Amino acid sequence: MSSAAKRALLDPVVDNNPVTLHVLGICSALAVTTSLLPSLYMCLALTVVAALANAAVSTIRHVLPSSIRIIVQMTIIASLVIVVDESLQAFAFETSRELSVFVGLIITNCIVLGRTESFASKNPVGLSFLDGIGNGLGYSVILILVASTRELLGAGTLLGYTILPNVADGGWYSPNGMMLLPPSAFFIIGLIIWAVRSWKVEQVEKPDFRIHEVHRTEAL
Amino acid sequence: MSDPVKDMGAKTETIARTLLVAFLVSLVCSSLVASAAVLLKPRQVANALLDMRRNILAVAGLLDPEGDVNELYESIESHVVDLETGAYVEDIDPGTFDPLEAAKDPERSVAVPAGIDVARVGRRAKQALVYLVRQDGEVSRIILPVSGYGLWSTMYGFLALKADGNTVADITFYAHGETPGLGDFIVKPAWRALWRDKRLFDESGDLKIEVIKGRVLAHDPLADYHVDGVSGATLTGNGVTKMMQYWLGDHGYGPYLRNLQRGESP
Repeated sequence: MSSAAKRALLDPVVDNNPVTLHVLGICSALAVTTSLLPSLYMCLALTVVAALANAAVSTIRHVLPSSIRIIVQMTIIASLVIVVDESLQAFAFETSRELSVFVGLIITNCIVLGRTESFASKNPVGLSFLDGIGNGLGYSVILILVASTRELLGAGTLLGYTILPNVADGGWYSPNGMMLLPPSAFFIIGLIIWAVRSWKVEQVEKPDFRIHEVHRTEAL
Repeated sequence: MSDPVKDMGAKTETIARTLLVAFLVSLVCSSLVASAAVLLKPRQVANALLDMRRNILAVAGLLDPEGDVNELYESIESHVVDLETGAYVEDIDPGTFDPLEAAKDPERSVAVPAGIDVARVGRRAKQALVYLVRQDGEVSRIILPVSGYGLWSTMYGFLALKADGNTVADITFYAHGETPGLGDFIVKPAWRALWRDKRLFDESGDLKIEVIKGRVLAHDPLADYHVDGVSGATLTGNGVTKMMQYWLGDHGYGPYLRNLQRGESP
């Protein structure tokens, strides 16, 4: 694999992660991560859409008039999302019910449109496809981390299998109900961002402004 | 020699070219979406039917995660009821009767009079399906399909009653479009559990069941008839109340339930 391909695929996983570095795709990351199984389907759906949308936009990038490029990208993304949503309803009915509107909302997920606009409209098809997969993986890593933490601490299970036996069922673990509520996903994503930026210091943004200490006489 | 890519770029900005690209992209995308919808339809319909049966089994108290849904469903007895008289109709096969289909046929349906159409049903079939669960030959649960408008769209569910036709055994919704994370409390097990052993009619036969605002307090004289509502989703709760008012009223299953209490049409 060429180094460009490798970079397109692996860069978004940690170094250029769409969730932790660009803080995109947070809406679905909060909503679907109460348990691991729907999160896995969500990751799969987003990765498929991002990869195919990137490939499609890249294929037509030379003939695409720039005046309508965003709406054309949205049309492609929306069509792919509908196909993925219909497929989930046909092959994973229970999970699609649990994910409800959030599969449909991939249309408005900034990660997908962000990649088609900033990457696929300037790069060849193969590389764009890998970039879509890579960003899907970056999103998936975070979602899986958040969902595993929430399901494990919130219900004591993983993928429905009991890991920490609940007090209610005669075990010792008393589930943390907050983990099942959306704010807990904020806290976990915040902790992940903190951990990643402590490890990769170059991801820390420079402050937009500094509070300047003013002497009394200067203020007057 | 000029750069071919740059040349193409220059030509892409004409109006004709823009329209052509927009047309072709729409054509390809719409055929993709249409073929996915058509090809996957049979599987989705089968899933929806299986899910409806699973919901009937759930309110029947017979759902076994290990068992096969269709096999378990065999034990449920279904009947077609004439809603006006409340009597069973023997010449319509409950296996093929589809009340939602029949509601669209002017011959087989009636319009709900505006004054009593609180649940915004519009038209309903002249007959309805009811499901019975028997234990040792005696009816132990009566399952009634109910539907009504919530906040966004019609909610479809099943209400299961105990043999007295007045005590709620369970309730479930298998199709609704209420707000995810808010109005969809109607499918949450914790809320369903609140319905158990609630009563529908008081001693004088008036329908009292209601989803109220906030929590049911212990000293509420109507605590037996009241179910907790969810703040921020008042209209969904009201929708459930109105659905009960219509379907358990005289235009709904009222005549059937009265027959049942008199010991007719068991």
